Amino acid sequence: MAVAENKTEKPEGWNRPPVMKPDGEGELLEVAMGPHHPSTHGVFRMDVALDGERVIRLKPVFGYLHRNHEKIAEGINYLGSMPFTDRLDYMCPLTNNWAYALAVEKLTGQAVPERAEYLRVILGELTRIVNHASSIGFLIQEMGASGTPLMYAFKEREKILDLFEELTGARMMCNYMRFGGCRVDATPAWLDAVRKVLAGLPRFADEFENLLRGNEILMARTQGVGILRPELAVNAGVTGPMLRASGINYDIRKVDGYGLYNRFKFRVPLGEHWDVYDRFMIRLLEMRESFGILEQALKDIPGGPVMDSKAKLRGFRPKPGEAYGRIEAPKGELGFYLISDGGPNPYRYRIRPPSLINLTVLEDMCLGNNVADVVLIFGSVDIVLGEVDR
Amino acid sequence: MKTVEEIKAAIEAAVPGAGVEIVSNPSVSAQHSLRLKPGCAVAVATFLRDDGDLSLDYLSNATGVDWPDKEVAEKVKVTHTVTKTVDGREQQVEETVEETRKRVVPGCIEAVYHLYSVAKGHGPVVIRMKTANRRTQVELPSLTPVWRSAEFQEREIFDLFGIVFTGHPDLRRLLMWVEFKDHPMRRDYREPDDFEYEPTAHDEVLKRAGEHRSREQGHGNRE
Repeated sequence: MAVAENKTEKPEGWNRPPVMKPDGEGELLEVAMGPHHPSTHGVFRMDVALDGERVIRLKPVFGYLHRNHEKIAEGINYLGSMPFTDRLDYMCPLTNNWAYALAVEKLTGQAVPERAEYLRVILGELTRIVNHASSIGFLIQEMGASGTPLMYAFKEREKILDLFEELTGARMMCNYMRFGGCRVDATPAWLDAVRKVLAGLPRFADEFENLLRGNEILMARTQGVGILRPELAVNAGVTGPMLRASGINYDIRKVDGYGLYNRFKFRVPLGEHWDVYDRFMIRLLEMRESFGILEQALKDIPGGPVMDSKAKLRGFRPKPGEAYGRIEAPKGELGFYLISDGGPNPYRYRIRPPSLINLTVLEDMCLGNNVADVVLIFGSVDIVLGEVDR
Repeated sequence: MKTVEEIKAAIEAAVPGAGVEIVSNPSVSAQHSLRLKPGCAVAVATFLRDDGDLSLDYLSNATGVDWPDKEVAEKVKVTHTVTKTVDGREQQVEETVEETRKRVVPGCIEAVYHLYSVAKGHGPVVIRMKTANRRTQVELPSLTPVWRSAEFQEREIFDLFGIVFTGHPDLRRLLMWVEFKDHPMRRDYREPDDFEYEPTAHDEVLKRAGEHRSREQGHGNRE
């Protein structure tokens, strides 16, 4: 791969996927993987050209789930889009709510009470655990261990979704955050229930880590596969666990310190080999860091209101201007870009989808690998099609 | 981090004739932006990425904004020379009248980019470019050669807003299908009366069925 070793010297096209030549024997086979391929987690197509088993071209095709959420949001008021954000990345609705609320709060300068911020951190980290656990479960499923390990992850996920349901009224379509706080307060009983679930999670993480660390087949299939070089990862806008698995220390919770993340002690795990295995180990280690954040948050959560008393819900019209707010969602940087013209609806409403932008480097990672590894590499990007197509 | 004014000065020192303009943001977020001239945009972008102090190596968000043609009514004071009868004599008198004139402010489509620095941990720096108009001159230079993360996002802008990015390696529609004609995120977009106007085999079948039906009616043997 013609990538400049030295960062200052950047030859023409250094960030483009390399051109793979067929070996000249036999014919090329063009395969449409998807839109209903079991590995694509939704409706998504990869047009793959194969020379034998080797991938020599891969073009992702999007849009099967496109509903132009951005256009819909320009036709309704600010609060009306909140339930729609749940449907973006439907594995982690609460972080979507948070990102949108954060962007609107940036636009209007709205303050958020301390208790609401703590609740947001608790829910955000629970969401991260849900997402990372299921994505590791899907990895093992995609390697052929159909069902069982994924159900281990889903067992824990269900416990957390029960907590969401108790607090917000819905397992997955939570619609919980508001501009200036949260919709309802958590009872002490709910906080105790979170503590109880949290107490069982480290055991589950140990069990999963044994699967990842002790299984020879898994290591043979994932180590050294799908390498993503750090300079390309940064240039291609890859974020989240993918970026950190390439060894770049960039976690928006640390960099921006949004919410109250400056108050919590946690470490940022980084990858050394930049491969599929690293991406999953990073997710596992991030889950463990999330346990720590949750413990601290549950210990320190203060009393008080969960909604700022000056927050306006009816007749909400931000002053003209624009704002870009972003958070570290489980899949990467989730940002909302809003332009207000002083009216009740946003003039422009843009979502920066981490799933879509992380797929930019899919071709680079897959070229030259076997077609069976495409499924694993694609799984390691960890996407949800509701967010890719919006 | 440097303020927008300092960044503007740095750009103008490095890229002569860059002509950067500051677009202030009145909201509390205070994320002011820099408007680049399309002609120098790639050079400025490369400078922003490679400069040691800024090192904005990470393009986070790229998006389009549509600003349609606006009709502005403004009151103008106009001085006319009128012939009037003053004191029984006809005289040329200067008279000032307020008139309401309508003026069309031409619209544009804007591409907005949010830049951050992974190396230094600062940001965002917002840069924007605008097209000359909305219908005929919609070309802007692509920043994909500088930041790869613009690849899919510029394809999305091309698809939904209709900005043509020159220099983009693979400019195709991203979300809509290839045969689709319009750009749905434009503010004057009207959705078709029949949503199923995508050409499908279904249409052919309906057409044949219609012909068949009219033939049967002609013979008068339809039930």
